[in-house]
Amino acid sequence: MRLVHYVNQFYAGLGGEDAAGLGPQVLDGTAGPGRLLQQLLGEDHQIVATIVCGDNYAASDPAVSAELLEMARTADAELLIAGPAFGSGRYGLVCARLVAAAQAADLPAVASMHPDNPGIGEAGAAPVVAAGAVARQMRPTLERLAAAVAKLATGAPLTAEDGRVGGNARIGRLVEDRAARRAVELVLARLAGDRERTEVPVGGFDVVVPAAPVDKADAAAVALVTEGAVVPFGNPDRLESARATRWLRYPIEGVDTLVSGTWESVAGGFATTLANADPNRLLPLDAARELERDGAIGHLHGEFFSTVGNGTSVATAKRFGVEWAAELRKAGVQAAILTAT
Amino acid sequence: MTNLVTIAEQVGAPRIVPGRGIQYPAGDPNLSPPAELEWRRRLVERALAAVTTPVNKPTIFAVDAEEGVGA
Repeated sequence: MRLVHYVNQFYAGLGGEDAAGLGPQVLDGTAGPGRLLQQLLGEDHQIVATIVCGDNYAASDPAVSAELLEMARTADAELLIAGPAFGSGRYGLVCARLVAAAQAADLPAVASMHPDNPGIGEAGAAPVVAAGAVARQMRPTLERLAAAVAKLATGAPLTAEDGRVGGNARIGRLVEDRAARRAVELVLARLAGDRERTEVPVGGFDVVVPAAPVDKADAAAVALVTEGAVVPFGNPDRLESARATRWLRYPIEGVDTLVSGTWESVAGGFATTLANADPNRLLPLDAARELERDGAIGHLHGEFFSTVGNGTSVATAKRFGVEWAAELRKAGVQAAILTAT
Repeated sequence: MTNLVTIAEQVGAPRIVPGRGIQYPAGDPNLSPPAELEWRRRLVERALAAVTTPVNKPTIFAVDAEEGVGA
């Protein structure tokens, strides 16, 4: 099958942010990640052309996707591949729009991006398969994408088993069993411990049930926690500045204020100059200590928790939240103040 | 406690205390040091009021303008 591949200016090797304004162009054969993708696809499918566009040019106007699609048509594409865009927002947005436009024009297409990519919703019902969060995960991401392309080329729809993520395709098809039988089977699967199986995956953020209030703050143990990446100066435990994989805890028993030069933020998503001039701006320890001394807080918990929210996936952040709540509950803490940047 | 109130609401944070800047959710570098500490104290007091208040959906607990410091 004749494949056309879309990549941004960076992955095509045409430049970084300086080249993000480049207009669309077509290259013969493969470029960038397309080379490994072609190897993985073998000889049954050929990437005959690569379409490249700068991220700023492509993402700034939804109409560009029609232009890109037309270029794929001109190259006689039988199937269009976009990405992998990993967690990159502009690139993901363009890949999503492009596969949506292709699918609407009856050209089979698949995009690859991380499930938390902010552009994923624009793909609509067109298929997106999961990529890693960062380009370091290129090989496993391309292996999944190649398998998805091979399957899509046979005319079979992609499913969660192929790594499909994002919106649901609502496609009419005939099934063997009637709805009542399928519903009972799903119930039996659920009772047997399968929490994932469903005919209607529900996307988006889940519902957070608010915790019951504490009776009296002046009798409660209160913790301070943050995703502002507050750490001891020099970051001895090497907290990531983006895409956190872990969180840290630091003792503050007997500490009345976070002194500049003793504590700092290593967050990568914003300028930390103002926070580092007074880290209490990120974790309000000095004010909380005053309120503890004045009796408004029963007891300030003896350690704070810290991670970085910058680029951290929702799934990871959710796990941190569950772990923090469990740790604090075990320590007898009744309330937490989370500062978020 | 955050400056990104709409995002906090969208993700379902039950109790939200708005701050004055993305880079300083618990501060305000435009104030003098004593006034900033007072502002931060008001924010923490609002947070304490929030955790003692029942809510059933994302709810904003702002430091009132008239009690704001240097607003």
